[in-house]
Amino acid sequence: MPVSESSSKVVYDALKSNGVGICSALPETWLVHLIRLAEDDPDMTLVRLAKEEEGVGVSMGAHLAGARSALLMQNHGFLQAINGIVSGAMLYKIPLLLVISDRGHLGERDPWQTEGGRFTRRVLDALNIQRAELRTLDEVEPKLTRAMTMAQSSLSPVAVLLTRELMWEEPAP
Amino acid sequence: MKRIDALEAIYDDIADCAVVTIMGAVAVELYSLGHRPNFFYLEHAMGLASSMGLGVALAQPDRPVVVIDGDGSLLMNLGTLTTLARYAPPNLTHLVFDNESLLSVGGFPTATSTGSDLAAMARGAGIASARLVSELDEFTAAAREDLGAGELTCLVAKVEDVGPASFHMDLHLLENRFEFARALRPDSDERNE
Repeated sequence: MPVSESSSKVVYDALKSNGVGICSALPETWLVHLIRLAEDDPDMTLVRLAKEEEGVGVSMGAHLAGARSALLMQNHGFLQAINGIVSGAMLYKIPLLLVISDRGHLGERDPWQTEGGRFTRRVLDALNIQRAELRTLDEVEPKLTRAMTMAQSSLSPVAVLLTRELMWEEPAP
Repeated sequence: MKRIDALEAIYDDIADCAVVTIMGAVAVELYSLGHRPNFFYLEHAMGLASSMGLGVALAQPDRPVVVIDGDGSLLMNLGTLTTLARYAPPNLTHLVFDNESLLSVGGFPTATSTGSDLAAMARGAGIASARLVSELDEFTAAAREDLGAGELTCLVAKVEDVGPASFHMDLHLLENRFEFARALRPDSDERNE
């Protein structure tokens, strides 16, 4: 599978170094290695969801109870979770770290992913959710740390986009 | 059975629990019995009270957590039953008041009014002990049993579709939110972690 295992590990390590102890997730291709890392880590609580909006509730409860968490989701999962983000996390001033796989952007080969990608950034902008785009291994840890810092200090959602450049390794021709 | 009577019957039993309620009549009625810092009323994000309860329960496994849900809210997030069952936090008690109605917005009937059975759905999701009660004595005994069970439970209580005269609460939702966080983490300041 051309999803980058090494990049996934770097992202996972950055979540850990930022104190994330609870990850909610709904599997998608680009997230499989991240989810397996969470599953194999005895110090991580992985919550596999039926639908992404549940993860907003989980993170809200976790934050109020003093735990740092992250939501692993596809961009369509983000679109699915918007009501919870707005009428839960934003209304109640609760930090969220949204780790979103940036499907449907340039280079996307799956026709069914091509529609959502047009809207990911525009919807984040419309919601005033600040974002970082992770493109190279070097920027993963610092950008994810800044995103977590901002989420915690502003008590609001912040998004980290996992881009194709980071997550996808083109197979050798 | 009236929901307010059911809440009153267990009011002392949930004194030390982190309690997460849904919006509307449930929140107002619990509040009217006497607010406590460990009570959180989710005034929007319909459906997510149980997911929030799961987050609290996973973050603080030693603290008893009670979610007070309703039929309309639970129907909006039925997947939560499968997620709760999957992780089954032993410190979580899920109470569902089923008045077969979206009472707070004018009393439109929900699908439980035409036979959808939330307790059966919870059992089907994997919460084996989930059950339905419809009398106050039965509710009180079952709720106390669930609160002491030491395992994930789900209790669905059929209640009349009546609510409070007023939905006003003299507690801003942000005040409630910061107070609740302080009650849950007395030793840490959430702004200085």
